[in-house]
Amino acid sequence: MGWLRRIGFLLYITQTHGIARRYFVVNGFDGALTMLGLLMGFYASGGVSSQLAVSACLGAAIALGASGLSSAYISELAERRKALRELEHAMIARLQDSAHGEAARWVPIMIAVINGLSPLSIALIVMAPLWLDIAGMALPTDPLVVAIMVGFVSVFLLGAFLGTISHAFWVWTGVRAVFIAAATSALIWLLS
Amino acid sequence: MPALTRIMLDVLKPHHPNALDLAMAIAGLAKDYRVSLRVTAVDEKTESAELTVEAAAIEFETLREAITAMGATIHSIDAVEVAGDGGRSED
Repeated sequence: MGWLRRIGFLLYITQTHGIARRYFVVNGFDGALTMLGLLMGFYASGGVSSQLAVSACLGAAIALGASGLSSAYISELAERRKALRELEHAMIARLQDSAHGEAARWVPIMIAVINGLSPLSIALIVMAPLWLDIAGMALPTDPLVVAIMVGFVSVFLLGAFLGTISHAFWVWTGVRAVFIAAATSALIWLLS
Repeated sequence: MPALTRIMLDVLKPHHPNALDLAMAIAGLAKDYRVSLRVTAVDEKTESAELTVEAAAIEFETLREAITAMGATIHSIDAVEVAGDGGRSED
């Protein structure tokens, strides 16, 4: 069994694929909104250099990634151990050497990686226009504005992804997510 | 050496992997393994099942390892069919 199929199998027997998906969206949304908040703050305060914006956003992105990684690992490890103990009790057998034992060891790591990488990767995508500006690439408008637009597109895609999962109209769920991001941005703009 | 050609086991398994996954994993042990699995009782976290395997020569230890690797346990061996080789293995 290939390692990807093995990961799928372990998520399936522990019925945690839904949890992994939820963590991906929830923390991805966290990453996108945090970046939008920072970028809106910079823009509302009259703009800063791309170098400064990248430094601040990268710091926040790494903190989000580390927080997601550690919090998910700690909580999922406890949950998986509890589930394994309950199953062992029901089976009246030790399951440490079975697929369920393997899942109790590996699933917390997999979910922690998803939970940590999701906000980090989305934050890096939102920051991409700032990187491009630093690299000397000409952008159609202010790099901060382009980054904010990429942030909104990321939020839309996350919302649309949720729509495809729930078999709802993906455009509507995407627009709904953008509406939440727009309301947050407006609040930041007003307070700034 | 006599060969085990058919075995019926009483197995206790978690709900996941399901009956099909368990049967497929066992059938994948050898080319001629024919597997029949019937769930006989469903509990909150477990299922009892009647597992029958047929083949020209079943490796019981390999079969047992595959079952336990999937998180299931063998409660009892309920029936077996063994084919003798006429004492040729002692030659």
